[in-house]
Amino acid sequence: MSEQNFDEQTRLGSIISGSLTRGVEVKLDASISVEDMAVGRYVAIEGERRRFFGMITDVSLEAIDPRAMVTPPDVSDPFIAQVVSGTTIYGKLRVLPMLTIGGDAMSILEGPQPAKTVPTHFSEVRLASQRDVELVFGAEDDKRFYIGTPLDMETKVCLDISEFVTRSNGVFGKSGTGKTFLTRLLLVGMLQKQAAVSLVFDMHSEYGWEGRSEKGYKVKGLKQLFPSKVAVFALDEESSRWRKVSTDFVVKIGYDEIEPEDIDLLQQTLNLTEASTQAVYQLAREFGDRRWLEVVLNLTEDESKQLIPKLNIHDSTYRNLRRGLENLRRFPFLVPHAPDNPVKRILEYLDRGINVILEFGRFDDFAAYILVANLLSRRIYAQYREKAEKAMGGDVAPSHPLVISIEEAHRFLNPELANRTIFGRIAREMRKYNVTLLVIDQRPSGIDDEVMSQLGTKITCLLDDERDIDSVLTGVAGKSELKSVLSKLETKQQALIFGHSVPMPVVIKTREYGSAESYKELGFLEAAELKRKTEKEIEDLWAP
Amino acid sequence: MGTEQRVAEVIEASSAEFVAQCYKLDQAPPLGSLVKTKDELRKIYGVVYNVETHSLEPGRRVVARGEGMETEDEIFRANPQLAKLLCTDFQALVVGHRQGDGLHHYLPPKPASIHSFVYTCQLEEVKAFTQSLDFLGLLVDARLPIPVDEVIAACLRCAGQAYPDSESFLIKAGKEMARLLSSDARRLNSVLKRLR
Repeated sequence: MSEQNFDEQTRLGSIISGSLTRGVEVKLDASISVEDMAVGRYVAIEGERRRFFGMITDVSLEAIDPRAMVTPPDVSDPFIAQVVSGTTIYGKLRVLPMLTIGGDAMSILEGPQPAKTVPTHFSEVRLASQRDVELVFGAEDDKRFYIGTPLDMETKVCLDISEFVTRSNGVFGKSGTGKTFLTRLLLVGMLQKQAAVSLVFDMHSEYGWEGRSEKGYKVKGLKQLFPSKVAVFALDEESSRWRKVSTDFVVKIGYDEIEPEDIDLLQQTLNLTEASTQAVYQLAREFGDRRWLEVVLNLTEDESKQLIPKLNIHDSTYRNLRRGLENLRRFPFLVPHAPDNPVKRILEYLDRGINVILEFGRFDDFAAYILVANLLSRRIYAQYREKAEKAMGGDVAPSHPLVISIEEAHRFLNPELANRTIFGRIAREMRKYNVTLLVIDQRPSGIDDEVMSQLGTKITCLLDDERDIDSVLTGVAGKSELKSVLSKLETKQQALIFGHSVPMPVVIKTREYGSAESYKELGFLEAAELKRKTEKEIEDLWAP
Repeated sequence: MGTEQRVAEVIEASSAEFVAQCYKLDQAPPLGSLVKTKDELRKIYGVVYNVETHSLEPGRRVVARGEGMETEDEIFRANPQLAKLLCTDFQALVVGHRQGDGLHHYLPPKPASIHSFVYTCQLEEVKAFTQSLDFLGLLVDARLPIPVDEVIAACLRCAGQAYPDSESFLIKAGKEMARLLSSDARRLNSVLKRLR
């Protein structure tokens, strides 16, 4: 059968059995080919008293009498083929009902509610119409950001950004499935709807100024699109210069900023033993929290020999520690005394509602990333917490919500480290202090379960490792059904969104990002246009 | 089956079927065609399932007479009494009735009246009757002396002629058969093959 063009009212079939937990089964009408169906598509079911919305989670082939399939009908005859399709043999869908709208006026006002029952037998099933989708996901407005379209539809699926930023969220997917593009969109969304300011630890320098698509063409970063609302901080001045990025601030971190906890987190990356990380605390007690690193790095051989018995540590432990710490010297952004305070600077920008993107340039290894991201976040956390507590007392206005984006999150949030890094703490409790995380990762199974369970909205591109899929879907209703949807996503531009900021799980084709048209839609003005707009605003300002 | 024609008279009737004798020898409606009888209250529809030509007297066998003759017609010309001594009967399975404005695809409360006339149905009437295919259930379950599936297939082929797009009618009917014979794939296949 040739591919059919479904209009909104195309009847697909009717409910024949099912349950709320496993989903309902829909016998497809003979006119509908299973080949035109797709998991992840969105359907509307007309129940007796209420309408249901659900997602196709499985498609199967059935025969009315399985014995008959041993001697199959002669389908080479087109007449017989047409007769038996939909009668002797038929297609079946499994649909997970997710939302309902009651028929009475009150329920219509309330809007869609989570489905707590299933439609009656033989309820009619249709493809969801554009209006249905709009009803469920809302139209784009000053809170909702258009993130993509449902499969095979033109309607916009909108994410409630103001809800989104109230929890920590995650973007997952295998490498090369479009996490970065999705994250860029989310950052634009937060920026545009002014729901929160972002602090992005941009490991591969692809969000700030400019990134590259897999095909090799350049895509604009946030700073290019919204120059007045984004500041690029650089850790690697030289790399920024080469890439012709206009940086707003070059981050230098003083040795005095590095605390024993920071080294603790680097235990694996610096190849330190348990004993040597413990020794760091002793050193800090000996020389003071702010001076210890500088002192240790400058100890001569003789001084070291005197120090070892004094601290009662083993010689090999000291050697191991010293070797690890020497590694830090290769980072030019670590200096004995920083000329400026990067935390203060970042906070200044954030307070003014300007998003900060910290580019790591050439220092895109985990040691630098973990060290810097933790160190800065810990101090920013402290400030936000202080401010939030003061705000509770009524002294100051509460700070603008902050979203910290981190990549390769399983390195920070794995079960061993999650309790020790600041990020584990932010994921668990910082919602109260207006700070949340945007976790970007390709290996969600590496992230601590407790942190995963705290993520409000999860946006996931294709994952094919069983453990990763399980970990992303932990605690979601209809897990096994969503699993089949998730593992069948296309490798590009498709994502499954579920959780706090969408009323029901939905598979989207991610909104276009990278063409001139898409930049325009996102609110980017070309230089000439920007000039005209500014001139007009000035004119309006002075107009009588 | 083009226009309504009076072709026979009911000579035996029961609730589920009737036997009619044709007015003309060998002029029975085709196997599977839709015929009807009328009385004051209702029209009763039947599907021809068997046609027989035999001697009027049960004890008297027909004998061969054509030896030495050129054509079969010559036999009748030479023996004009034959047309009166032989008759053609057909048996029809009752498949529905019309009472007032209502068309019902189930058995009427009373069988066809004896000596009531039997008519062939016009294409329009066949079309109206076969809008619903519920009568196929009666055919499928009938116990007949001849293979039922042959009758069903013949009936649907005949009805198909009433439709400009007979293909889609046959597909619709085929699907109905598939539902009725869902547990008997072999029988379904044999009916479907006979529909072309």
